[in-house]
Amino acid sequence: MEIFGIPTQALFGQLLIGLINGSFYALLSLGLAVIFGLLNIINFTHGAQYMLGAFCAYLLLEKLGIGYWWSLLIAPLVVGATGVVIERTMLARLYKLDHLYGLLLTFGLALIIQGVFRNEYGSSGLPYRIPEQLTGGQNLGFMFLPNYRAWVIVASLVICLATWFVIERTKLGSYLRAATENPQLVQAFGINVPRMITLTYGFGVALAALAGVMAAPIYQVSPQMGSDLIIVVFAVVVIGGMGSIMGSIVTGFGLGLIEGLTKVFYPEASNTVIFIIMAIVLLIRPAGLFGTQK
Amino acid sequence: MKRRLISMLVGAALAVGAGAAGAQISDGVIKIGVLNDMSSLYADIAGPGSVVAARMAVEDFGAAKKGMKVEIISADHQNKPDVGSSIARTWYDTDKVDVIVDVPTSSVALAINQVTRDKGKAFLVSGAATSDLTGKACSPNTIHWTYDTWMLANGTGSAIVKTGGDTWFFLTADYAFGHALERDTEAVVLKSGGKVLGKVRHPLNAQDFSSFLLQAQSSKAKIIGLANAGGDTINSIKQAAEFGIVKGGQNLAGLLVFITDVKALGLQTAQGLIFTETFYWDLNDATRAFAQRFSKEAPRNNYPTMVHAGVYSAVLHYLKAVEAIKTDDGTKVIEQMKKMPTDDPLFGKGYVRADGRKIHPAYLVEVKKPSESKHPWDLYKIRATIPAEQAFRPLDQGDCPLVKK
Repeated sequence: MEIFGIPTQALFGQLLIGLINGSFYALLSLGLAVIFGLLNIINFTHGAQYMLGAFCAYLLLEKLGIGYWWSLLIAPLVVGATGVVIERTMLARLYKLDHLYGLLLTFGLALIIQGVFRNEYGSSGLPYRIPEQLTGGQNLGFMFLPNYRAWVIVASLVICLATWFVIERTKLGSYLRAATENPQLVQAFGINVPRMITLTYGFGVALAALAGVMAAPIYQVSPQMGSDLIIVVFAVVVIGGMGSIMGSIVTGFGLGLIEGLTKVFYPEASNTVIFIIMAIVLLIRPAGLFGTQK
Repeated sequence: MKRRLISMLVGAALAVGAGAAGAQISDGVIKIGVLNDMSSLYADIAGPGSVVAARMAVEDFGAAKKGMKVEIISADHQNKPDVGSSIARTWYDTDKVDVIVDVPTSSVALAINQVTRDKGKAFLVSGAATSDLTGKACSPNTIHWTYDTWMLANGTGSAIVKTGGDTWFFLTADYAFGHALERDTEAVVLKSGGKVLGKVRHPLNAQDFSSFLLQAQSSKAKIIGLANAGGDTINSIKQAAEFGIVKGGQNLAGLLVFITDVKALGLQTAQGLIFTETFYWDLNDATRAFAQRFSKEAPRNNYPTMVHAGVYSAVLHYLKAVEAIKTDDGTKVIEQMKKMPTDDPLFGKGYVRADGRKIHPAYLVEVKKPSESKHPWDLYKIRATIPAEQAFRPLDQGDCPLVKK
């Protein structure tokens, strides 16, 4: 059986691969959405922080002999902690100003971090092996699915849904959401709003680092790995609706699928298709698919 | 009064002398502009290393001792033809640059090829690959030094078809370079009796190749030809291993692989790859000595790629030509470079053809197994040497308008 001249079997394979790429988009755009939703900061450092996560995993393995599984825990904590420092020392001063200042600061930081790593490690990147437990793969009949990629889909889905649950369905999440609506009032109830915001930024950054660790075995660990991805991820966030948690998850996976299909039918456009969709969505629903007009 | 007169005379004599020199070497300085990718996927292949190589050539030429003033400047073209040509224009028009060197990324090189011709300057290509630079786009102001797509296709393609790899699927970087490499390799495959089962074009600097690899896998071609370079090749090879492509019986042909790519992949992943290069640091004592010196100055103590070696060799020959005819007029120097035979420690003796093609041998190399490698840069085995006369496209087949038929 064929669909548009492509055998269905091959199509299944491509859709699955789209889903895998989508999991990275979802994880990264989720972090961005959380940060934007609660801090009103457009975090342009996100790509660099994703790269830091991957480098952290690489350095843990090379220098200390700490493997992938511990890196999944340690790298987000370490990079998240640097995020906390950035928030306390720099971002905290910008909340009262226009969005543009936050954007400029985080963009500048991203350039500095990437430049430093490129100087130190070069542009070809460094190899990071797939953890032993996840090497090999399954023959699904229509494609060969590497075990590691299957793990990426599952892990990313679990993390995304857990984050959504915490923010939308728990008491802590309700504090967070309330603090974005009206920080003074929430503060009046005795909740330490600045600390909550700091930790939220740290969490968003940790998500980026986690995505970085998961990406390390698939792509080269290289200084520009984040800058290539971040533009796409921003488009995902815009399409999903700035600040919408569910929006960024659904759009992340969805756009991964669409991009996957483009790679089969018209591969030359696979880099641009997401931006075309972004333009269309902005024309029809300026607040994004899941966003609400404020 | 007398003293003043003498000093005036001396001054006038000096001025005349300087004026005469000015007509030969513009403003008394030979200015070399190294233009390449300093920050992205080709930065390790060329990048700051090419500046080091150019500097070494100036030192080895002994410019200072000969009283020639040589300056080197550099810039990042970001792999964008518009950025590259606007830098080239500024360099030629206001910064008085006499020669532009390196320029990886074929689309950028083709743009600068044109700008250089319009301005009557000189262009020495080391990093770019497209064989069009000595084909239909050939120019009296350009020499294509190190390698090209025809040479890669001829070296790697025919070797692979001969050993039974007769059905191909191409993974091609979607710009001038990828298209040229795919075209030249396809021609070799067909000529040697092989078949091309399909091709897919991916955007430059793509991260994820799994979708393209899956298409290659389902084509059932014996050989997946990677008509891409740098970071794209690294990620293709890495992800092909992940998807069990080689284990499934298909083989990868990296059509353009550099030593820094192999280093970045690690021998475990890269072992057994076969491809063509025109320089390897471990060829003889002279190349080893060059690599040692280069590595001391290069970023992260990297060893030289063939692009770096090409920059060194091209700049050295350029300076010899300038010395011989005592002018840095671009068109005249290129003409002189074609007249003089080339000789340097890295590529040995050679020459530059009328179409601007530099001629030297090429090497078919195989990446060593981890167990065969004795130190971090001990990466290749030389499988065959392709003699200079056979390594490059015959002069009459390139359709270069400069070649009289």
